[in-house]
Amino acid sequence: MAQFSSRIWREFPQRYRLEASKFKKSGKTYYPPRDIDPTNGDTENEIVRLPDTGKVVTYTVIRVAPSQWGDQSPYALAVVEPTDGTRVMVQMTDCDVEEVKIGMEVRLEFRRIQTEAHSGVLSYGHKAVPKWF
Amino acid sequence: MRDVCIVGVGMSKWGEVWRRSFRQLFVDAASVAIKDSGVDHLDSLYVGCMSGGLFAQQEHVGAICADYLGLAGLPAMRVESACASGGMALRAAYIEVGSGVSDIVMASGLEKMTDVDGDGATAALAGAADQEYEVFHGATFPGLYAMMAHAHMARYGTTSEMLAAVAVKNHKNGAKNPVAQYPFEITVEGVLNSVMVADPLHILDCSPITDGAAAAILTTEEIAKKLGKPYVKIVGSGVATDTIALAQRDDLTTIRAAGMAAERALRMAGKKLSDVQFAEVHDCFTIAELVVLESLGIYEPGKAGPATVAGETSLDGRFPVNPSGGLKCKGHPVGATGVAQAIEVYKQLTGQAENGRQIPGSPKVGMTHNMGGSGASSVVHIMEVA
Repeated sequence: MAQFSSRIWREFPQRYRLEASKFKKSGKTYYPPRDIDPTNGDTENEIVRLPDTGKVVTYTVIRVAPSQWGDQSPYALAVVEPTDGTRVMVQMTDCDVEEVKIGMEVRLEFRRIQTEAHSGVLSYGHKAVPKWF
Repeated sequence: MRDVCIVGVGMSKWGEVWRRSFRQLFVDAASVAIKDSGVDHLDSLYVGCMSGGLFAQQEHVGAICADYLGLAGLPAMRVESACASGGMALRAAYIEVGSGVSDIVMASGLEKMTDVDGDGATAALAGAADQEYEVFHGATFPGLYAMMAHAHMARYGTTSEMLAAVAVKNHKNGAKNPVAQYPFEITVEGVLNSVMVADPLHILDCSPITDGAAAAILTTEEIAKKLGKPYVKIVGSGVATDTIALAQRDDLTTIRAAGMAAERALRMAGKKLSDVQFAEVHDCFTIAELVVLESLGIYEPGKAGPATVAGETSLDGRFPVNPSGGLKCKGHPVGATGVAQAIEVYKQLTGQAENGRQIPGSPKVGMTHNMGGSGASSVVHIMEVA
């Protein structure tokens, strides 16, 4: 249950633009961004944006959800691998939850994620939709 | 390090314990452990507790526990590592006695989970995941383990029936455990027909919400001998961590930290995995027991499911797993679980397991594996008959 505070806007770049950190020495990209490359301790990195297409690595359909997610339940949640090999955990949308499969090609789209329970503030980010174009 | 022994244990009532409070549950378990061991004092106290704050609005857990045990003045501290808090408290106590800093230390764990509603408990437990990149998107703990289950099924052909076999086996053991929250047997059909929580996990694939506490007295072998009570030796302790978020792990079908922790504990004990004869492992969900058994190296990847169906991990099998009934049947008061696992191994090694729950053949070496979150922390202990 996210509280409305600077905790929300601090995440805007990662959530709204899928910003990740790409490290100079290893060439590895991490999402969400990290300050230190776990492979070698490197701190020199640049901000890049994740590709917006990828495939489902694994998934579930959450049928018993906390009441905050009641309006969206049941919903499919997936680990998606964008084409650069990074991984994100996002909800699937614009499809029947029964259609979600491992290996499915998806596009990451900007969507409403949740309504903050107490203030009603809308939180946005990305969800995955089946790729059909 | 000097040798460290467990010389007495105690547990509160486990379940939906409406009549006992956060502090009372601790006192119930701790008093039994002190009496059971025969010690006349403690040098210090560790309390594993994941979220006294979110479950009971009570922080400062070490102090309140020492106070209500009637021992204000005692050095006391809370240890937190999500659902591995109890195992970590055991390790802290083990190091304190082993290092020679103290001679008699209580390792305990405590969680009071039913003073909040289902949403409150889910929100508190969610703190063990990545709040901003998992929970924000609607992840729940059944959901995270369900994603591991789907990956495991796709890669190794693991089935829902294999998952159900874990729950059935653990309930069969736990039906004989006087402290178990759900001491009855269940069937594979019963599991498969129960409500789907997060595909492919049914409600009977999941461990419950539990109130409970557990306590063990750790001391030197010299003192343990003098007390004249049954005792076992802790011969190895290992901990490892991994990425907090599931998505960031290269392999979603293994829990790397479990294997690393076991390797470290075995190295410390000077033992091989094949020396270990049974284990209490962290079966927060049925898939967790299978993945953990494979990650510990007890089974090859993909082989734990078929082995469970074949009865190899049953009480009379080749390698009994969760003779206590595990988290699934005994209950899972998150901070207490790791200590309760050690209590079961202590009982098995000293021949004190109740109601025909004793593993045949008097095993000499047992293992506990306690895990936090979706596997971002693991703590393993190796215990041996004295």
